Amino acid sequence: MADGPVADVLLRRLEAADGGLDSAELAAELGVEHQAVVGAVKSLQALGEIIEAELRSTKRWELTAEGEEIAREGSHEARVFRSVPPEGLAQSELMRLPSGKVGFSKAMSNKWIRVDKSAADGPRVFRVVDSMEDDVQRRLQLVRGGQAEKLAEKERSELRKRKLLTEVTLKTYWVSKGSAFSTSVSKQEAELSPEMISSGSWRDRPFKPYNFSAHGVLPDSGHLHPLLKVRTQFRQIFLEMGFTEMPTDNFIESSFWNFDALFQPQQHPARDQHDTFFLQDPAEALQLPMDYVHRVKRTHSQGGYGSQGYKYTWKLDEARKNLLRTHTTAASARALYRLARKKPFTPIKYFSIDRVFRNETLDATHLAEFHQIEGVVADHGLTLGHLMGVLREFFTKLGITQLRFKPAYNPYTEPSMEVFSYHQGLKKWVEVGNSGLFRPEMLLPMGLPENVSVIAWGLSLERQREPPVPRP
Amino acid sequence: MPTVSVKRDLLFKALGRTYTDEEFDELCFEFGLELDEITSEKEIISKEQGDKKAEGASDVVLYKIDVPANRYDLLCLEGLVRGLQVFKERIKAPLYKRVMPNGEIQKLIITEETAKIRPYAVAAVLRNIKFTKDRYDSFIELQEKLHQNICRKRALVAIGAHDLDSLSGPFTFTAKRPSDIKFKPLSKTKEYTACELMNIYKTDNHLKHYLHIIENKPLYPVIYDSNGVILSMPPIINGNHSKITLNTRNVFIECTGTDFTKAKIVLDIIVTMFSEYCENQFTVEAAEVVFPNGKSYTFPELAYRKEMVRADLINKKVGIRETPENLAKLLTRMCLKSEVIGDGNQIEIEIPPTRADIIHACDIVEDAAIAYGYNNIQMTLPKTYTIANQFPLNKLTELLRHDMAAAGFTEALTFALCSQEDIADKLGVDISATKAVHISNPKTAEFQVARTTLLPGLLKTIAANRKMPLPLKLFEISDIVVKDSSRDVGARNYRHLCAVYYNKNPGFEIIHGLLDRIMQLLDVPPGEKKGGYVIKASEGPAFFPGRCAEVFARGQSIGKLGVLHPDVITKFELTMPCSSLEINIEPFL
Repeated sequence: MADGPVADVLLRRLEAADGGLDSAELAAELGVEHQAVVGAVKSLQALGEIIEAELRSTKRWELTAEGEEIAREGSHEARVFRSVPPEGLAQSELMRLPSGKVGFSKAMSNKWIRVDKSAADGPRVFRVVDSMEDDVQRRLQLVRGGQAEKLAEKERSELRKRKLLTEVTLKTYWVSKGSAFSTSVSKQEAELSPEMISSGSWRDRPFKPYNFSAHGVLPDSGHLHPLLKVRTQFRQIFLEMGFTEMPTDNFIESSFWNFDALFQPQQHPARDQHDTFFLQDPAEALQLPMDYVHRVKRTHSQGGYGSQGYKYTWKLDEARKNLLRTHTTAASARALYRLARKKPFTPIKYFSIDRVFRNETLDATHLAEFHQIEGVVADHGLTLGHLMGVLREFFTKLGITQLRFKPAYNPYTEPSMEVFSYHQGLKKWVEVGNSGLFRPEMLLPMGLPENVSVIAWGLSLERQREPPVPRP
Repeated sequence: MPTVSVKRDLLFKALGRTYTDEEFDELCFEFGLELDEITSEKEIISKEQGDKKAEGASDVVLYKIDVPANRYDLLCLEGLVRGLQVFKERIKAPLYKRVMPNGEIQKLIITEETAKIRPYAVAAVLRNIKFTKDRYDSFIELQEKLHQNICRKRALVAIGAHDLDSLSGPFTFTAKRPSDIKFKPLSKTKEYTACELMNIYKTDNHLKHYLHIIENKPLYPVIYDSNGVILSMPPIINGNHSKITLNTRNVFIECTGTDFTKAKIVLDIIVTMFSEYCENQFTVEAAEVVFPNGKSYTFPELAYRKEMVRADLINKKVGIRETPENLAKLLTRMCLKSEVIGDGNQIEIEIPPTRADIIHACDIVEDAAIAYGYNNIQMTLPKTYTIANQFPLNKLTELLRHDMAAAGFTEALTFALCSQEDIADKLGVDISATKAVHISNPKTAEFQVARTTLLPGLLKTIAANRKMPLPLKLFEISDIVVKDSSRDVGARNYRHLCAVYYNKNPGFEIIHGLLDRIMQLLDVPPGEKKGGYVIKASEGPAFFPGRCAEVFARGQSIGKLGVLHPDVITKFELTMPCSSLEINIEPFL
């Protein structure tokens, strides 16, 4: 059984045909829509090599709706001519006829009719000739009969200008026998259905082959943001290493916690308007821990705790200025200050990953806000070797094993080291993070014991790559 | 981090050997420098202005070296070479000496008019110096580097160097009305008043950045010699009269500023670096500065300070076990002349005037570690035992994020800063009603305020993704910021959850269903009972009338959900109906 009656007929005709047949001609012969034949061609094509079909486009002239009307009833000018009786007709009356206005001027220029303006009851129209030839109607009838080629180019274009003809492009198939031609093809099933399973009819049905090179349908699901997936991975690493998460849910910070507490002097370039977002409202911090503030002030301006200090006039107003924190180290300072106030001292491992803000103009390599990853360990007698050891473990968990360390300068760590890893793709050492031991001028005013060292490191989340899909 | 550009061949000549680029890069890394770029004047010009302009420019190889921001002694070729040669133990660190002149000491008298604008000045003389073109260029370049860094773009300190032989002391540092200051400045051919100069320099690409320091002051600082010749109008420009040239033999250096400590450091750095070219190497002739209170001081200070650090402290901080003698040797290689004294565990370190960055024992520890070689330090793991805890708010956030994605919503990450319009006008709210935190110095309108709601960020994300197939379902769990006078800084964050549904139909039931799912996950039952949640008809300017409800959970209002008002949709350049939910999740901790 073939796929519908049209496909059936197509196959039988094709069997008898010499070479092949045209889809449009077949449609005309069968008296069906061309689209029905095209459908049959397509469904036969889907069965494999039964038939071959070659797409051809042919141009054809067709009548417009108005053209059809004229072919049937004559041109407007002919209709005007016919409606004028030998004794003539009042022009006003003629104009009221359906073809009147269009046909009148054309019939006048064809000199079929004339107007007598001297008639008693207004202008009157009379025939000039007894009979005429309606060429427009004759030509349109030729086109309707499929003989448009008999018209001269000029005649066709005149009719097209009058919007009686249009040229249409017809896409037809030239159908010929395929390598597996047969008139008895049976329809293949697209999919297994519940009915087939219950009736067992699947046993004697052929099934359409799948196209395995097509893409599947993506699962309909939500997604996590790629960068925040990396954040999750980093949290996981810290948790695996026994680090406790610090609270960082305060984007607004005072200059005191963001800079002064970290022993960053008040004229430091990072405190410039160009680099930091300061606040207009609330412009200043309402409360600062004044005892501690005084110790910080003294350390900056006069030194102490074994330090020379920066020897400048430290201003409280400067410390009160509110800003959008420029690093999460401000939150680390708060956490260490809380730790210092708890007696006796207990060792800690802290981490945080959160947003920080810099007064940048956005472009491809600058963001005004990004995420900082930070790790902090405070214990008695921590060394630079410990810092490097922790960093080695941390980066090993990220799959980075080749590390080296470069001396660097950070205002609040000393010794400081930049962490470099060997990038296999770039074939060079690239900086992956910054680290160091917090300065005693930062830790001692907080009240931490003198022999406690605090190692810390930081990196930017935005520079990390997306983790691979986790395996269960 | 300042970048110093030096001619490679000149550098190698001074170092007494050549290096391959890789070898030199390695040496820099070890010492804490970074060989940032290998280039030439020609390459720089062609990169910035095109090949045509670069024609004829020098193609001498330049090394651009990044120097740590606190190492002012490495900001010129002379300092870099000295630092590296001492590090490699090819030379000993020089001893810088201040000497009194044979004749009369040069005097700089500060008048009290300077008090309100630039109260401090220091000075010194480099006697019998010999410049060459390269030395001269380096001298000018060092002043520029210092101006840009420690001098904070001349605001804290400004440097002037003068041909002493063209002047006649004593000098007076005073402040005058700009209309009363008239002189021929550097590289100009006629005299101008200070007022005229300030106008001329408004279009000078280099000097226009410094004008603001004195522009609106009634009096401008100015230095005269005893004949009324103007040496300089700090911090803007020097006079042309005392300009130094390749033939200058005696240089008078003055540093004026608002930070006395930094002025002294800057003067020390210049004279220690360039006294190398004086007839008596590394000696600097003193100058006397008389302050308005009559007290007089002699500069440069060139102070050597002694610090005492125990060897075991260094070993303990670095994590190494070196003998005190070895540690002293390591420190000496960092220009910190050291010796073991006392009980054999005590190291006495001499901090030279070039090392103003050494202010604490920890700075000495770092230098010992650098000389030891960071990468030679044995890595060990601390024995610190701790139990990890998540920050509860972040733990809750992580759990909810995954379930929101499982519910078919896609996570967005949007900026915490936005324009006033985003959180107010576009949502039909007056900015004063938002309690928003305002930024005083944003560079663009995109960063005027911290967001008070997550909704605008999600709507902007949708607007940027309008071409994606509908429906668009987005969420974000992140912080918003509002003013709160009960907090020390006067503001606080709240952790919000926001979700939007954007489709041809408003989909209120979808957003409502999401709320139901969230409450199910949080183990909050429906109903008004204590601990339950309900939604009640409400209204809000952002919502379509009659299509807004307030969410109450555990006895408090936590947010709203509803169909967005068409005005809101239009203002965010969207065209489809949209419903949203935004709640505070902190009550569920």
